[in-house]
Amino acid sequence: MGLSCRNLHFTFPSRTGDVSALEDVSLDILDNEFVCIVGPSGCGKTTLLKLMAGLLRPTAGEIDFGTAKNGRPRNALAFQEHGLFPWMSVLDNVAFGLRMQGASRKASHERAAAFIDQVGLTRFTRSYPHELSVGMRQRASIARAFVADPEVLLMDEPFGSLDALTKLVLQEELLRIWSEHRKLVVYITHDIEEAVLLGDRVLVMSGRPGRILEGIPIPLPRPRDLLDREQPEIVKIKTRIWKLLESEVRMIARRAT
Amino acid sequence: MKPNGDSPQRPWLRFVAPALALVGLAVWELQARRGAISTLFFPAPSVILSTVVEMSRGGKLATDVGVTVLQLLAGFVLGGSAGLVLGMFMGWSQTARRILDPFVAAAHPVPKISTFPLILLIFGIGIFSRTLVVAISAFFPMLLNTMAGVRQISPIYYEVAKNYGATSGQVFTRVVLPGSLPLVLTGARLALNRALSITIAVELLMGENGLGTLIWYSWETLRVEDLYATILVVSVLGIGFRWAIALATERLTPWQVERSA
Repeated sequence: MGLSCRNLHFTFPSRTGDVSALEDVSLDILDNEFVCIVGPSGCGKTTLLKLMAGLLRPTAGEIDFGTAKNGRPRNALAFQEHGLFPWMSVLDNVAFGLRMQGASRKASHERAAAFIDQVGLTRFTRSYPHELSVGMRQRASIARAFVADPEVLLMDEPFGSLDALTKLVLQEELLRIWSEHRKLVVYITHDIEEAVLLGDRVLVMSGRPGRILEGIPIPLPRPRDLLDREQPEIVKIKTRIWKLLESEVRMIARRAT
Repeated sequence: MKPNGDSPQRPWLRFVAPALALVGLAVWELQARRGAISTLFFPAPSVILSTVVEMSRGGKLATDVGVTVLQLLAGFVLGGSAGLVLGMFMGWSQTARRILDPFVAAAHPVPKISTFPLILLIFGIGIFSRTLVVAISAFFPMLLNTMAGVRQISPIYYEVAKNYGATSGQVFTRVVLPGSLPLVLTGARLALNRALSITIAVELLMGENGLGTLIWYSWETLRVEDLYATILVVSVLGIGFRWAIALATERLTPWQVERSA
């Protein structure tokens, strides 16, 4: 199936005229591939993700989902702000996607409960999001994304607001669940190390208007040890990405002053 | 600890207010009995209480309470549901909001009771005119709170619902309704409050029955105990409604972080 973007452009109107958020973005992602996108803040990463999710329409260019005929495949988004509905219990939140696909209340609750077990929230099935910690909410959000069995999983800095320890644990869990339920994942982050540790490939984006500067394959075997982040291979790739981004970030800083 | 949360320390603090009230009532009772204050204006609390008991004999008070409650509920249901529907619509549609908002802004500050004579003139003296003015008074708090309730729903919830394939109808039932419910209930509380005030005012002006009429009648016949007793009954009604809404809020919106009443 895969996912390919052909010459995507996205401009949006603002008070000072049209702003170009994405410029000529082309990329191909394979089935079951875990692709991370890094780039400076405001580079249009989230815009790209929303285009892939169908929440925005590109100004020009097209997104092709390969064999997925009649339109787009099922996709699921996971956000930094988790986006759990405050008025639903964890169970109803996780079951939401299945319910929207037309599954019965009972069937979707059963499947949801299994995934809630997988992310270790069994005790909190009936809790409301406000009763959970930030990390627990993010787990519920991941369970919700996986339970809907999407063909494409789109994640927008899902762990951006977590402390380092919680982040590490959740990254491990994400990789574990992903290895069981392989999907095409597009994972946005501004954390270079995270991108290298998680991805099969890292796409580096420029500052606004966002373009793809380079796609860097990560030839590390899986399953990966997320604690072993100082091996020379990883350090080498991180340095390479940082060098690509450095000039971009400096340029943005100059423009701002 | 949360900034406005009540501290669990010094639990005896909650008994201070009732104790103060009891002391106040005791002083009032004592002074009235001693004749230190005029019982013409300030009859003793015990006298007021026994007046309530006396009035409730024979069913006249129950009838008046019934008339007032029915009047107020009729107005509340009518005006409240209109406010709910329009508020949902105006919260949902920017177009509707931009067209209708100036009218709301112009009409809202008008003291609703001031339109009563006009309504009487147009629709005649009777239950319809009374219900209409109560409905108008309940309409605005419901409208404004519902609209605010829909508008404060974060766009992220719409995106999530859409992303998981929800239809517009499902977005409405799964996102808009529950998302706005807390403020809708606030609107209902304010609307009930307003409806009670306006019902009493309307009855004072031209009721045939009801608590407002009773208050006015007591004044005309200078029965001060009855006056106090009826005000007490009206207050109990107000507290009752407030309590009912609080209960409904607890039941219907269990996800709201519990706040102290």
